[in-house]
Amino acid sequence: MRTITYGQAISEALREEMLRDRSVLIMGEDMGVLGSVFGLTKGFLEEFGPLRVIDTPISESSFTGMAVGAAMRGLRPVVEIMYVDFTPVCMDAIVNQAAKMCYMTGGQISVPLVIRAPGGAGRRNAGQHSQSLEALFTHIPGLKVIAPATPYDAKGLLKSAIRDPDPVVCIEHKLLYATRGEVPEEEHLVPLGKAEIKRKGRDVTVICYSRQVLFALEAAEELSAEGIEAEIVDLRTLVPLDWAAIESSVKKTHRVVVVQEAVKRGGYAAEIAAQVMENAFDYLDAPVKRVAGLNVIPPFSPGLEDLIYPHKQDIMQGVREVLR
Amino acid sequence: MKTGGYDRETAVKFYREMLRIRLFEMKAAELFSRALLAGNIHTCVGQEAVAVGACQALRPGDYITATHRGHGHCLAKGGDSRKMMAELFGKSAGYCRGKGGSMHIADVSLGILGANGIVGAGLPIAAGSALASKIMGKDEVTLAFFGDGASNTGNFHESLNMASAWNLPVIYLCENNRYGVSVCIERVTRVSNLAERAKAYGIPGVTIDGNDVFAVHEAVAEAARRARGGEGPTLIEAVTYRHRGHYEGDPQVYKPKEEIQEWKERDPVAGLKRKILEEGLAGDEELGAIENELRLEIEEAVEFAMDSPYPDAAQVTADVYSKDNEWGVAR
Repeated sequence: MRTITYGQAISEALREEMLRDRSVLIMGEDMGVLGSVFGLTKGFLEEFGPLRVIDTPISESSFTGMAVGAAMRGLRPVVEIMYVDFTPVCMDAIVNQAAKMCYMTGGQISVPLVIRAPGGAGRRNAGQHSQSLEALFTHIPGLKVIAPATPYDAKGLLKSAIRDPDPVVCIEHKLLYATRGEVPEEEHLVPLGKAEIKRKGRDVTVICYSRQVLFALEAAEELSAEGIEAEIVDLRTLVPLDWAAIESSVKKTHRVVVVQEAVKRGGYAAEIAAQVMENAFDYLDAPVKRVAGLNVIPPFSPGLEDLIYPHKQDIMQGVREVLR
Repeated sequence: MKTGGYDRETAVKFYREMLRIRLFEMKAAELFSRALLAGNIHTCVGQEAVAVGACQALRPGDYITATHRGHGHCLAKGGDSRKMMAELFGKSAGYCRGKGGSMHIADVSLGILGANGIVGAGLPIAAGSALASKIMGKDEVTLAFFGDGASNTGNFHESLNMASAWNLPVIYLCENNRYGVSVCIERVTRVSNLAERAKAYGIPGVTIDGNDVFAVHEAVAEAARRARGGEGPTLIEAVTYRHRGHYEGDPQVYKPKEEIQEWKERDPVAGLKRKILEEGLAGDEELGAIENELRLEIEEAVEFAMDSPYPDAAQVTADVYSKDNEWGVAR
């Protein structure tokens, strides 16, 4: 199979869906002439024209609201919020409009909208360009949330999200854009709501998503040398959650570590840990361990920034603790 | 107010539409005072001419977004008084199966993209609908109703800016009823006419008498003509007044008594009736018959609503996601 980058995978997903379905359009800051700040939509403006590749002004609140309106009318807008840190600017459109429209109108209106929001730390972008805010969206009924870790999943999940009738928030880690992986040339979809066992193991279940999947896989390789076999469950989709995949792994290993880059307090890992405790307590041989970011604002200074989110060593340490 | 240029049928039709809204709202207020309706009710008594003048200038295939004070907008766009009343009662026969209530009535088949509980949120949604019409190459316009309060939100400015930059077929219709809840517009805004803000976006802005249904009709018809012709948005400020509180039960301590009295004398429904009688376009008997017919319609709507069942308990988890979705309430 050929190998492409995560960024190319996103770009292919967008382009293929725009070719497949004339109702798909993309809008956001610098998506057209520049081809997006991460270079994902280069050439799209020439190929699809300014009515389907829309360079918006810096008006997140209103252009996200416009995308909701366009989606209510049957189009399938894919909005890029340049950094997930900017989504609080347009939270009303996402939380009060897109998420609730179907329910509050008694099922009359669906909002087939995708919001792509690059997140994550590690690029020395400081406090307002480096956060992991997925927990904000997982808390809102009516939204679906995906956080792919590999080019294969990024392409397949984004294509499924674009075809989905409901609003989907797609969190792409900025430091994944340049990572490479195998992606088939032919059409391929990854369904929403399906986790994947990225590595099989018998001793401990490591539940993770987005960039932390890569760290978890590295950690698992080193742990294997120590005789510990970790099973890596990549959630891929945060909402709806693939509980069946978690449960079957927990029943096998009896020990759970949940990993997230986001700050620990109020994070999605807490939700996973709580569900494991509520629904699979009898299978546990140790308390569920969370390995997560510090409860701080991402600092600029390189030496400091690298301290705020988990790395391979932190995951290995977490695994050793639940095995003690 | 002049009826010049409007024929008898039109004037009587406008009167009928305005009176339907008035009677619906007065009934809703009464039901609320009798504790038969829960939550909040925001009536548009005194603002009927804006809803009717605007919607009568639109085509059935055009779209609107309404506000939290949206009963009049929905009725004027063709909303079914029975389904609206049922929604106010939280019944399953309501427009939103009892899940939206007074502030969220929508009927996509009539082009009503929803009333909205968030001030200003309908403006970008309307612009998005207009964008969809443009992309799909359809000859439709979308009209956003909003209040003077919403004219101070970021969404107003961002939305007007984009709609004007891209010549979207959207009409921004500000119902300036002078108060954002309790705060008089003059205390929070320096410009005397909100329509002046159109200058900042390079589009026409007109201030009209919002209690004159004909003036509203003419302004919206002209804005719709421009929008359909690819000339982009128009900002219309319809100066009007809400006779009742922000919500039912609001003691309105913030309004001078003389002001309330002055505006009651300019009641748009009574004013139009007077005009029709003065000009001999219809007699007392004909207008009385219309009123009786509408009273009956509203009574029947209340009966329908009261006789309808509450939603089944299973409905509580339905519609969080679209019908063709397999998850229901996602884990």
